[in-house]
Amino acid sequence: MIDFNSVTTAIDRFLNSVLPHQAATLVECLIIAVCAIVAYLTFAIVMIYMERKVCAAFQCRVGPDRVGKWGLLQVFSDVFKMLTKEIIELCSSDKILYTLAPFLVIMSSIITFSCLPFDNGLQVLDFNIGIFFIMAASSFGILGILLGGWSSNNKFSMIGAMRSGGQMISYELSMGLSVLTLVVLSGTMQISDLVEEQTKGWFIFRGHIPAFIAFIIYIISGNAETNRAPFDLPEAESELTAGFHTEYSGMGFGLFYVAEFMNMFIIAGIATTIFLGGWAPFTIPGADAFNSAMFMIPGFVWFLGKTFFVIWLLMWIRWTFPRLRIDQVLVLEWKYMVPIGLLNLLIMTICVVMGWTF
Amino acid sequence: MKLRETYIGKILLTIKSLATGLRVTLREFFTRKITEHYPENRKTLHIAERHRAMLCMPHDEEGNNKCIACGLCSMACPNGTISIVTKSVTDEETGKSKKVLVEYNYDLGACMFCQLCVNACPKGAIEFSNSFENAVFDRSKLIIKLNK
Repeated sequence: MIDFNSVTTAIDRFLNSVLPHQAATLVECLIIAVCAIVAYLTFAIVMIYMERKVCAAFQCRVGPDRVGKWGLLQVFSDVFKMLTKEIIELCSSDKILYTLAPFLVIMSSIITFSCLPFDNGLQVLDFNIGIFFIMAASSFGILGILLGGWSSNNKFSMIGAMRSGGQMISYELSMGLSVLTLVVLSGTMQISDLVEEQTKGWFIFRGHIPAFIAFIIYIISGNAETNRAPFDLPEAESELTAGFHTEYSGMGFGLFYVAEFMNMFIIAGIATTIFLGGWAPFTIPGADAFNSAMFMIPGFVWFLGKTFFVIWLLMWIRWTFPRLRIDQVLVLEWKYMVPIGLLNLLIMTICVVMGWTF
Repeated sequence: MKLRETYIGKILLTIKSLATGLRVTLREFFTRKITEHYPENRKTLHIAERHRAMLCMPHDEEGNNKCIACGLCSMACPNGTISIVTKSVTDEETGKSKKVLVEYNYDLGACMFCQLCVNACPKGAIEFSNSFENAVFDRSKLIIKLNK
């Protein structure tokens, strides 16, 4: 396994030797910003293509296959189409908030994205309350959605935004509880430590039953957090045209769209980090030859493989279940997921205290 | 109290029904896809036999058709798609005059493929064929003479 910390330290030392300290820090910040945004957009493109193909497969279709080989250029042509669209200014909307809203959404999404550990040392933000920070930064996106719905001055947007507020704030709770369950197991909130710990075995295996229940709760609430079916009430096409982004056109809509897809990647990435071992390879205690072979595979391959598997799980759910009603959504959260999550937290604590984990 | 009415029972039933749904879509994910890749699969393309794509008038080897120029098809057509040009020919043996078909004009652009003309024909002289690639660049090319 390569430790990317050595690479980044080497770059840092080189920049500090040729530039004064502050300029070097500025250059490093710029390089990291460019890398993060490029990676963000690359994954967004991969995700949109994957979504269309996987959705097609679940519906017994082939999906896009006309633009380029296997339809690979479809996403690019969609992006160019979107860039040529006019950005419409609404006459009685709150202009500042209306323009600001998509940027808030994409900002929270990019901040959360930069916390993901792609490989050993290959992550932008890493400090002692990492998981906590991720939860905080991702709930920030709700603000953008609420503002977008409010400032559009449109009843559909307004209803969509209100629904999304109720839904996302509720599901934050059970997501927090399931993450907390794993924090109890690991004893740390720092993401690099979390993954380092899992090189001995993934938490979903080491925490057995409570970890598995937490994983399911996490997947359900993650689906609700990303506003995807069966929890796509904020943008229910058949009821609210497009929900909170009804009035957005061109790249305003594009930013919401990309942020929605990338939030799914981030949810899957966090699930990979805390349940499925991040970049840590699959190991069996005792089988040393097998383990060393697994360690030969680079960490980012493990991370991306597991993340895309979780994304596939999310898409499977999305293309199977019909949409819930708003009261059903809230009943599911407050009457089922929160009590089960709390009970699960208790079970996990007992397991950890009694030493029943692996 | 039945199990399905209890809190735990509801959760178990929900999990069971959700798992059923997931199993159905998972099976669908791996089945062979039914999408037809149209221009590529032209050779193996299967069109249903009764598909109505274009009106045609079958001719035998000598180039004779069964049309008796009665005009029932053109009267049956709701869109006025069919127009028939006839002439009178005197039969040499009997001396009686008889209508003969000169031109059978069919406007594909106005046809709605209702098959009333085929049903009206007393001789079975016209029928719908499967040749569906009918796109042309000019509207006048849609007016087709069916008889030879």
